[in-house]
Amino acid sequence: MKQFLSFVRKEFYHVFRDKRTLLLLFGLPVVQILIFGYALNSDVKNIGITVLDNAHDVPSQQIMNRIGQSEYFIVREPAADYNDVQSIFKEGRVKCAVVFGPSFGEELYRSGKAQVQIITDASDPNNAKIAFGYLTALIGRYQQEMNVGSAMPYVISTETRMLYNEEQNGSLNFIPGVIALIFMIVCAALTSVSVVREKELGTMEVLLVSPFRPVMVLISKAVPYLLLSLINFVVILTMSYYLLDVVVRGSMLLLLSESILYIITCLSLGLLISNVTTSQQAAMLISMMAMMLPTVLLTGFMFPLENMPLPFQVISHALPSRYYYIIVKAVMLKGLGFGAVWKETLILAGMSVFLLTVALKRFKVRLA
Amino acid sequence: MSTIIQCKDLTKRFGEFKAVDGISFDVSAGEIFGFLGANGAGKTTAMRILCGLSYPTSGEARVAGFDVYKQQEHIKQHIGYMSQKFSLYDHLTVLENIEFYGGVYGVSRAEIKRRSDVLVERLDLGDNAKKLVASIPLGWKQKLAFSVAIFHRPKIVFLDEPTGGVDPITRRNFWEMIYQAASEGITVFVTTHYMDEAEYCDRISIMVDGRIEALDSPSQLKSRFNADSMDEVFHRLARAAQRGSD
Repeated sequence: MKQFLSFVRKEFYHVFRDKRTLLLLFGLPVVQILIFGYALNSDVKNIGITVLDNAHDVPSQQIMNRIGQSEYFIVREPAADYNDVQSIFKEGRVKCAVVFGPSFGEELYRSGKAQVQIITDASDPNNAKIAFGYLTALIGRYQQEMNVGSAMPYVISTETRMLYNEEQNGSLNFIPGVIALIFMIVCAALTSVSVVREKELGTMEVLLVSPFRPVMVLISKAVPYLLLSLINFVVILTMSYYLLDVVVRGSMLLLLSESILYIITCLSLGLLISNVTTSQQAAMLISMMAMMLPTVLLTGFMFPLENMPLPFQVISHALPSRYYYIIVKAVMLKGLGFGAVWKETLILAGMSVFLLTVALKRFKVRLA
Repeated sequence: MSTIIQCKDLTKRFGEFKAVDGISFDVSAGEIFGFLGANGAGKTTAMRILCGLSYPTSGEARVAGFDVYKQQEHIKQHIGYMSQKFSLYDHLTVLENIEFYGGVYGVSRAEIKRRSDVLVERLDLGDNAKKLVASIPLGWKQKLAFSVAIFHRPKIVFLDEPTGGVDPITRRNFWEMIYQAASEGITVFVTTHYMDEAEYCDRISIMVDGRIEALDSPSQLKSRFNADSMDEVFHRLARAAQRGSD
């Protein structure tokens, strides 16, 4: 036990005296939260829009006013004709345009039907769809208000509820993913690098000659990073609560235990990486390329897994972060209990046992 | 004198390749034993077996009275080890390094304190004791690494090319430390490339192609091979080597 404590204390010296490690350990979570919370906002606001109004009548003016009042749009200078619309688009100042025909109001009053053209810049298809959706909804509402009082017997209006995230806070989706990502980087990368560094320095050899058991060497390497990751966990939750209004709805204890399990999975992965590499660069590269990229791409928090080609979906099942992401979303956002996530928990536990066993086995093989 | 290392027909194979090919020798307690050989001769493999890092394929060996097959953990309690890389942590101060290795070998806190005070005194470290190892000169690092290797008072200390990359004067000082340790009863098992260092040993063995080709005191070897220096003895033996250096 005393040996173990000496070792753990030494690991802490390493972490706190190495600026790079420290930066990665505590700088990364802060930066990630800020980037994902603010910069990578998937909400679309302030879309530039231009209007070509050939009608100049009351309805067209009223619709234009509504567009102007909407927080989603910023109305640029109106277009004089079609060619003008084209050139404004080319300048890139607007992402969409609304065109009213010359007899818009007249047709509307006479036949009860009129057409308005919406043009969007579909070089970014997602934004184009969103802008289109906003405009359709806006015109639809205008139409409904016109019909108030007059006889319009059948109207089906939809009422939508966004469950678990009524305010449509984009951060809610990212935070669980960011937590998964940060643990993966901190635990897998830092642990593997710190083991490999000892190999490079030659100190590992001395440790192995000492009576300190090899298994204990690995465990003492992992424990400090487990503790530091828990600090990170608190930092992330605090930041997301105060800065991004993300509240933990479920049991904090459950979330914490699940996180410890996931951290152990990542640490085991780091130890395994350290066994198959001999240089710090290689360890870093493998951790980053093999762990970080798939975590970002295939966990489901950036891109929906359901739409991916089958091979990618298969790969994503091998990622611990996928299951942890599901767990955190369930506990943190939906407030669900253990009953809802036991399957994922079991998979993570299985992965940890497997990775740790292989890591320890391989570590011993090197000695024989 | 009692025997502290015993090897009989010790062999290590990697597939068809015999890295160590049936070596037999004894080392007495308190002796300075030089373990020489060209690169690839099998020194490191043999030393790893004796340190409890690797199992032999066949043959017998006992270190400090313990069997290398079954009692590796006991062996580790009684040996010290210093590699050519000095194996100190740059981010730790001199004292923290001592505390760490002392702790790993289970030396009590009070004893660590007492011994490190003596050590700081003896190495004339002064204020350097509180400096990071990264900032102290190479010669000091080497002495410190040796002191750390014998900090837990082992019966045997294994030195794997301990003087690589160090100037002759520092090397000379270093050998004084080795003599000091030997006079305190620690057996020293040292590998080296420097033939002038071989002269400092009580006895030396020379390994060629996995076998021990010569084993005696430096003066006996020189007279047997009719040579003026150990360098000449070594070259005559090593010339017959079949394996290329790796």
